[in-house]
Amino acid sequence: MLRYIYGHDLHNHPELARSMFRDRADQFRTRLGWEVTVDDQGHERDQYDELDPLYVIWQNHDGSHGGSMRFLPTTGRVMVNEIFGHLTGGAPVVSPLIWECTRFCLSRGAESKVAAALMLAGGEIMTNFGVRHFVGAFDARMVRIYRAIGSSPEILGSEGEGRSRISVGLWEFTPEARTRVAARAGVSPELSRLWFDRAFGAVAPPEMALTA
Amino acid sequence: MGKLNLDQILKDLDATSALEGLQDIIVALRDAFNVDHMVYHWVDSSGDQYGCGTYSPEWVELYTARNYLRVDPVIQGCYQRFHPVDWKRLDWSSKPAWEIFALAMEYGIGNQGYSIPIRGPNGQFALFTASHNCDDDAWAEFTEAYNRDLILIAHYFNRKALEFEPGRQSEQSRALSPREVDAMTLIAMGYSRAQVAESLSISQNTLRVYIESARFKLGALNTTHAVARALSRGLIVV
Repeated sequence: MLRYIYGHDLHNHPELARSMFRDRADQFRTRLGWEVTVDDQGHERDQYDELDPLYVIWQNHDGSHGGSMRFLPTTGRVMVNEIFGHLTGGAPVVSPLIWECTRFCLSRGAESKVAAALMLAGGEIMTNFGVRHFVGAFDARMVRIYRAIGSSPEILGSEGEGRSRISVGLWEFTPEARTRVAARAGVSPELSRLWFDRAFGAVAPPEMALTA
Repeated sequence: MGKLNLDQILKDLDATSALEGLQDIIVALRDAFNVDHMVYHWVDSSGDQYGCGTYSPEWVELYTARNYLRVDPVIQGCYQRFHPVDWKRLDWSSKPAWEIFALAMEYGIGNQGYSIPIRGPNGQFALFTASHNCDDDAWAEFTEAYNRDLILIAHYFNRKALEFEPGRQSEQSRALSPREVDAMTLIAMGYSRAQVAESLSISQNTLRVYIESARFKLGALNTTHAVARALSRGLIVV
């Protein structure tokens, strides 16, 4: 199932959090060879994990991490402005309607539907929170993964060549893209909505809650 | 609701030179959106508070005296978050929450609310809220139509309030990037979005991000007003 968890609530899901940070180490250091920091517990964390981001996590049936991504609004500190600012046109991208999506991660052996399910969650965030765009930095390999799940980012700027080519791009979710991604995820819109409501509360009138 | 009117209010907000001026602005915003109440509340990392809004002094006094800040589901549900919150999504089932809701109804706060949490610099936290008395369908229609405007306004309001904090420097860059200047200039010259995108050799989606970002830096709600502001501030020349 899809979980939406703020950083300050991760301690309520210790096994899920541990396996997410371990899978991030496995993906970004071991498989992609990025120069990321891995602590003595084998967890990959960076300075943006300290900023209380919103994580979207696919939780496997056994409770462990299957895939995840991390969101921060561009009104605060974000990677695209602090690290890749030179790729976005020379001034920071700043808007409460533009969120940064980073550390898109899939666990080793994750089913292909997991990536699509994460994209579906991105669509829920846009629809329910008024967000218009997601921006993020990614490398050449991720471009193929995004294409495979039918949600290719639009490139704003790139540097480097071949496998180490890094790009800053943006995603947008049209209703058509949403239907396509939902089909690939094998998750009905109703189920996706249920998971979202489980995290953020259902839109039930307070009066009903009061009479319960 | 008149959009023109809103743009004038945002210009007035920009021109406000004292903290006290924010009260007039929030009253004008409440009237423009035609809702029962709007409030803005800020707490910084040292615990200092500031608020303005249209709640009655009696309600504010009661709320403060009973220290509802500690148990209010709106505060609990927004603090440390950055997503907008419809009050319906909050958990009102506890006894203190039920008490607050019942009293809030009595004091005319409204049965509906939409709160936008804002994470400012250095641990500053602010909340901007619109509340109203209406049925669920009417409220859903309202938030669907104006959620993005409210989110932008909440941040403009907070950005202004931060200016009045002694010794604080604006952390957000409001300078337009060369690409943003190009995009706004071509739009000001009457080019269509498709023409602007083609002239700059970028996709229309990319153009939308430049415009979105420029709009926020300029403190405007739509592209027309953003262009007008860029022109009047001499940021672009046509």
